[in-house]
Order: sequence, then C-alpha cells, then structure tokens
Amino acid sequence: MGRAVLTEKIGIPGIRGFDVYRSNGGYRNAEKALKEMTPADVGKEVTKSGLRGRGGAGFPTGLKWSFLDRKSDKPKYLICNADESEPGTFKDRYLMEHLPHLLIEGIIISSYALGVKSCYIYVRGEFKYIIAILQKAIGEAYQNKMLGQNILGTNFSLDIFLHPGGGAYICGEETALLESLEGKRGNPRIKPPFPAFRGLYNCPTMVNNVETLAAVAPIIGMGGNTYASIGIGKSTGTKLMSACGNINKPGVYEIDLGLPVEDFLYSEEYCGGIKNGKYLKAVVPGGSSVPVLPADLIVHTQKGDKRLLSYESLAEGGFETGSMLGSGGFIVYDEDACMVRNTWNFTRFYRHESCGQCSPCREGTAWMEPILRRIEEGKGKKKEIDLLVSIADKIEGNTICPFGDAAAWPVSSAIRHFRKEFEFHVEHPDIVKNINHGSLIRYI
Amino acid sequence: MSGMIDHHLHIKENKPVAFSDATLEKIGVIISHYPEGQQKSALLPVLHIAQQELGGYLSVDVMDRVASLLNIQPVEVYEVATFYTMFHLEPVGKYVIEVCQTGPCAICGGEQILEHLEKSLGINVGETTPDGIFTLKTVECLGACGTAPVMQVNTEFHESLTAEKIDRIIGDLKEKSNGKTSEVRWAELF
Repeated sequence: MGRAVLTEKIGIPGIRGFDVYRSNGGYRNAEKALKEMTPADVGKEVTKSGLRGRGGAGFPTGLKWSFLDRKSDKPKYLICNADESEPGTFKDRYLMEHLPHLLIEGIIISSYALGVKSCYIYVRGEFKYIIAILQKAIGEAYQNKMLGQNILGTNFSLDIFLHPGGGAYICGEETALLESLEGKRGNPRIKPPFPAFRGLYNCPTMVNNVETLAAVAPIIGMGGNTYASIGIGKSTGTKLMSACGNINKPGVYEIDLGLPVEDFLYSEEYCGGIKNGKYLKAVVPGGSSVPVLPADLIVHTQKGDKRLLSYESLAEGGFETGSMLGSGGFIVYDEDACMVRNTWNFTRFYRHESCGQCSPCREGTAWMEPILRRIEEGKGKKKEIDLLVSIADKIEGNTICPFGDAAAWPVSSAIRHFRKEFEFHVEHPDIVKNINHGSLIRYI
Repeated sequence: MSGMIDHHLHIKENKPVAFSDATLEKIGVIISHYPEGQQKSALLPVLHIAQQELGGYLSVDVMDRVASLLNIQPVEVYEVATFYTMFHLEPVGKYVIEVCQTGPCAICGGEQILEHLEKSLGINVGETTPDGIFTLKTVECLGACGTAPVMQVNTEFHESLTAEKIDRIIGDLKEKSNGKTSEVRWAELF
C-alpha cells in the first residue's frame, strides 16, 4: 500500500467528528502554522513541497499563491473549489465525506499563509449530503474556537461559509465559479486579469481544489522537503486516484505519484484487474477531458518505458501517444466497450455543459454530438470522421476557458487511436445496428 | 431559452408567494455571509430553498419574489434559473428521479437502469406519472462513478443500482408518497 498522507486517519471510527479528529493529532498542523510559523514560512514550505493543483491543471500551488496581490488594501478571499464534476472523478467527495476536518485544517493554514479572513467552499449542489457533513464540521470547528475570532488564541481570525452550486459542470472552472458565487450564470471570465488580482467582487482571490487545500495540512506537519521526497521528479507527494469503469475494485486510492499504471490497474491493493476476466481495451486516466489511450499505450509509453502515474509520464509522447494525469479520474474500458459510443456519450456531456459563451465551443459541440450519434447508429459517412477531427481542431485553443480543449480532446484522441472502429461503424451499418443499443440512445 | 421564459411569463399567475417567517430569517442569515451590497451572491442558495419549499419548481411568481428579496431585477433571477440544471421551471412530481447517463455510468449499466425505470413507472424520460408522484429525467455526471450506476431522487443519492434495488426504492417511495419526504431541507444547511 502506498503512503497514506491525506487518508492516514480515514479508518479511525468517528473521525468525522471534531473530538476524535483532534485527539488523533488533528489540528496540530494548524497549531504549528499559526503559533510557530509566519505566513511567509507556510508559503515557503508549500513551495518546497512541490505540491501541484489537484483539481486537474497541476499548476504549482506555491507559485500560484505567490501571485496573490497581497499589497491590495481590498479584502482577500480563498475559495475552496468543491464543484467536483469531471466525469470519472469522485475523490473530493470521498475526502469531504470522511475527513471534513482535514479540509477545514488545510483551509485554516492556507488562509493564514494568504492573509485571508473569509473563505467560501463552493460545493456542487448535488452533493447536498456532503454540504450537511461540512456544515456540521464547520459548526464544531467554531464551537472549539478553530474558526471565528482569534483562532487558538492567536491574532488570526477566519470565517468559512458554504455555498452550493446549481448543477453546472463549467463552474469547476475557477472564473466561472467566481461568477456563480456572485449569483450569476457560470460564464468564464477572460484572463487576465487573473483572480489573484481581480477575483471575487474584484478583490484578490485564490481558488484551490479540495485535495490541494487538504494536502497543505500534512505538508506543514512533515515539512515541504519530506513531502517532496515522496513521488517522482516534479510529481511530488501523493495523489488521490478515483478508479471506475470495468474493474474489479472501483474506488478512491491514495498513491505515491510515480506508481506504475500496470501495478495500479492489476494489483489487488488497487483496481484488482479487469472485471469478469476480460481484456483491457482503453483507459481515460485523468477525467473525461483528457485523451483516451489504448491498452498498450497506457501500460507502456511509445518508447517502451513503464507508464507511471505522474504528471510527466502520463504526458510522455505528447498527445500523439500520451495523455494527462488531470484530476486523477481513472476510467477503465474492457474489450466490449464501444469507443464510438463512449465518444458520443462524452460529447453529449460537453454539448450539454457548454456555457454557450464562445461560438467554437457552443456550435462545435452541437455539431460533433449529432455526427457522433449518427456514426454510432450506423448512419454516418466516412468523410464525417475527418470532419469531426476538423471541428475538434477548430474548437481547441479558440475559447475563453479550457472547456473547449476538454470537449475537443476526447474526440480527436478517440479517432487518433480507434479510427478503425469509427470506420467499421460507417462501413457496416447493418452489423452496427444489430449490436448497437439504438433504442437506448436518447437526449433529454 | 427565451422561449422558455416567454412561456413562463405567459403562465404568470400573480399569486402571492409566501415564505415562512423561519425561512425568511434563514435567508437573512445567508445574505449576511456575503459582504454588504453583494446580496446577489445568495441567489443560488435562496433558489434551492425556494424550489424545495414552494412547490418543487420555480414559477415566475416565485422567481419574482426571490428577486425582490435580494433587491435585484427579475431577469437576473431568470437568467440564472435557466442556466443551472438543478432548477425546474415546470411543475414536477413529488419525487424527481434523475438517472446518470454519463460515460462511467453508461458502461456500468446506466442505460439499462433508465429503461427499467421507464417500464416500471410506465412513463418515458421527461414525463411525470399521472398521479404526480414521479418525474423521470436523465442527468449528467453526479460524481459518484465508483458506485455506478447512480441516480438521485430529489438530491438523495442511490448508488450501485440494480433492477431489484430500483424496484425496492420505488416501492418504498410509493408507500411514503402520502407523507412528508425525509429529505434534508436546504434551509437547514446554512
């Protein structure tokens, strides 16, 4: 089993409650930060740790923090991004459900480092029961003077508020989240200005993912250098992987970054192999937005090296033969999975979730979805396969936010690696019609 | 979208919309979570409360009342209510069943679950049973892919679904359909 840095306390009965968390060493890291360290010291440890944004982008957290406009006389805000909605990703939910106080502790330490007095946790509205768990934990933290005025008897004060989303994938994008938090539609903003200068209510704002903020607590406990000694190269520390699809043991696993994909997929500690003794066909390793890889390229790189669960190794080979670690949403497909159908499914998702602000994304997803559906139903034309690639190319890089790329990559990668399957659908409509699930295709 | 709102303005009944005093007090607490002058930030939480406590969907009358509570224009509420999928703009059944159809659920039987529900409820996706108890919808990723297939009944999650499990859930809901739902109230979460 990999090291449990984030999930160390998860098996302790009652750990969701303040008293049990506290008596098992909880909030000791917050105590250390607030009483023994300056805010700058905390920032330095986070930089040393090499921690990278766990929401998907993988941007170095210490560097992102350094951008916050500290000189501004306006209030500064920390936003915890708990709008987890990337298909295949369910790690933040796991963390919040089982260790709500770890998140609160991470938020306290981070807010101290950033000079923040108000933090909003933006939780997707569908996670109402998670909001209830967090609300209880926040209430306990206030009762025990871990939140509010003069935390732990220091000069530091902090309020945390919960804010529910309304059901919109796009609000996981940080500027869309800020719009949503201001009570508007979740239309992403043009950057610059970056939120670190002009974010919530035009004030300096830091937006970090749940797992990122939670990791700050153990980093302060063990020191940035110790954290950085875990992992491989620039992929330091541990990562929560959420594994799903056609595997024996779907679930959330904490791994040391650098674990070979093959070990993760087949060992009993983790995914436990492909369900029903079937063969592996493909993996989407970092949430639906990252390129899909066929079995041979997910286990080994094109060069023949073992593929590792790290930011660098998964990207090895660029998009020609590689993918991305993304959010750690690891979706596994067995030999029976239809890649055309899956691509259509994901594209329907992106069409539905596009905010509609940029034409390439709004129109492009609305063109790709029916084309893919036609091909899946055996009614497609061969030239439409290239048309899909062309549309995806024209969306990529041409939108305000990364959603456009996220909508384009699943299509272009599926055709890159599984073109024969798309061609088969076009060339053998009768066979496809007989085996497809046409009556089940619907769009509501 | 504009068609949808036109349709709604057409059915505007100008009925009085009455939040309870306790709920109004709670809305005041929510507004206090945001800086002065930023009461519009309370819109999403207030819409969740309004939908749950005032009939299960957001009528134009309800949206107009929310606008006046937050001192914003009605159109600022309409544009938000039409953007987010959790808000219903038409009357719905007592229990809104939303079945996830996104990739990971789809490869784990989510499509068959939907078919099974259509058969056992006797309605198609998007419809409400004649007795007004169930509305059946599809939904995109609920973030519970490790326990696929998944559905939610008014934001209550049901995971690792099978046909038998669904029959049990539907049976239980039918039995309880005359009573109060056990659902957590949004107003209690702030």
